Amino acid sequence: MIYLELFWSFFQIGLFSIGGGYAAMPLIQHQVVELHPWLTMTQFADIMTIAEMTPGPIAINSATFVGTQICGLPGALVATFGCVLPSFTIVITLAYIYYRFRNIKTVQGTLSSLHPVIVAMIASAALSLVILALFGQHSFPIIWENIDYVALVIFALALFVLRKWKFNPIFVMAGSGVLGAILYSIF
Amino acid sequence: MEKPKLLKTLFLSTFQLSACTFGGGFVIIPLMRKKFVNKLKWISEKEMMDLTVIAQSSPGAIAVNESILVGYHMAGFLGAIITSLGAVLPPLIIISIISLFYKAFRDNYIVNIVMTGMTAGVAAVVCDVVITMGGAIIRQKKILPICVLIGSFLAVRVFDINIIIVILFCGVLGAITTVLSEKKKEKGGMEK
Repeated sequence: MIYLELFWSFFQIGLFSIGGGYAAMPLIQHQVVELHPWLTMTQFADIMTIAEMTPGPIAINSATFVGTQICGLPGALVATFGCVLPSFTIVITLAYIYYRFRNIKTVQGTLSSLHPVIVAMIASAALSLVILALFGQHSFPIIWENIDYVALVIFALALFVLRKWKFNPIFVMAGSGVLGAILYSIF
Repeated sequence: MEKPKLLKTLFLSTFQLSACTFGGGFVIIPLMRKKFVNKLKWISEKEMMDLTVIAQSSPGAIAVNESILVGYHMAGFLGAIITSLGAVLPPLIIISIISLFYKAFRDNYIVNIVMTGMTAGVAAVVCDVVITMGGAIIRQKKILPICVLIGSFLAVRVFDINIIIVILFCGVLGAITTVLSEKKKEKGGMEK
């Protein structure tokens, strides 16, 4: 029963991909390339590239892609549902606990003490994004000769309008895309 | 606000934001803040941070988790279902379509230069929120939060420690310091 297998595979991916994004990659590879003959390694690399080029979480993107490749739209729906179900259940449970107990001082204090951790996580993601944008690399060490000056200009400009005039981030991202198209065509 | 209208706004907002989460889920955090905290004023800054803590501590994609939480916050279980649909549908639709011609899409020059530019923009958006949030923590001038900020950054970045372990450790640390400072306050109150 292919639908059940799809559901179960992506249920596990959804359940064990903690920390989001790239943490899910090896899990997905294990499920769809090694455990099941659903994708070849080349197809897997393709979908990872596509996932980076399109909006949305990598796990959802690959669930949809694998589902579609194997049994069309119903497959995509089943795989995506399987992928979201574990986090939905866990998040709702935690949210219920949060709203029930958030007025207790100790709970409040504990949650507040975790705010800097979250900022640190975002900072770490920001660093990865910056080296990806400016050097085209996924990890350290940085190779300085690889620096992309066009990307550097776009990055600096985008950050400037965000800080100075509090531009809507959506417009900044869209604008960066347009600017990229223009600048890379010229240079 | 009436419930049908609220649910509609929730769905459309998460759908729109999810369609814009290029470059990994973290970009949803500034987008959500802008929409629900600054523009609609439905959620306070502190609540949004609490929700982000929960989203990050749960398995799965942070963009989906955060959407579910905002939906639950505004309209309970039904709201959570609506916003998770809003978060999942854009990638589902886009990938379903692209999977038909993904090789052409991947190798298209225009798509690639737009995406390269966009990655730089996304990096700037995420850096912007780090500066805002990090600045707020540093301006409090309390030693513990600043140490936690730097310590957990190093733990994840340099020492490659799992995020959940960092969250658990800092959570226990936070609980202990909260209990201790409450006891101190109680004691101070009694002496007076």
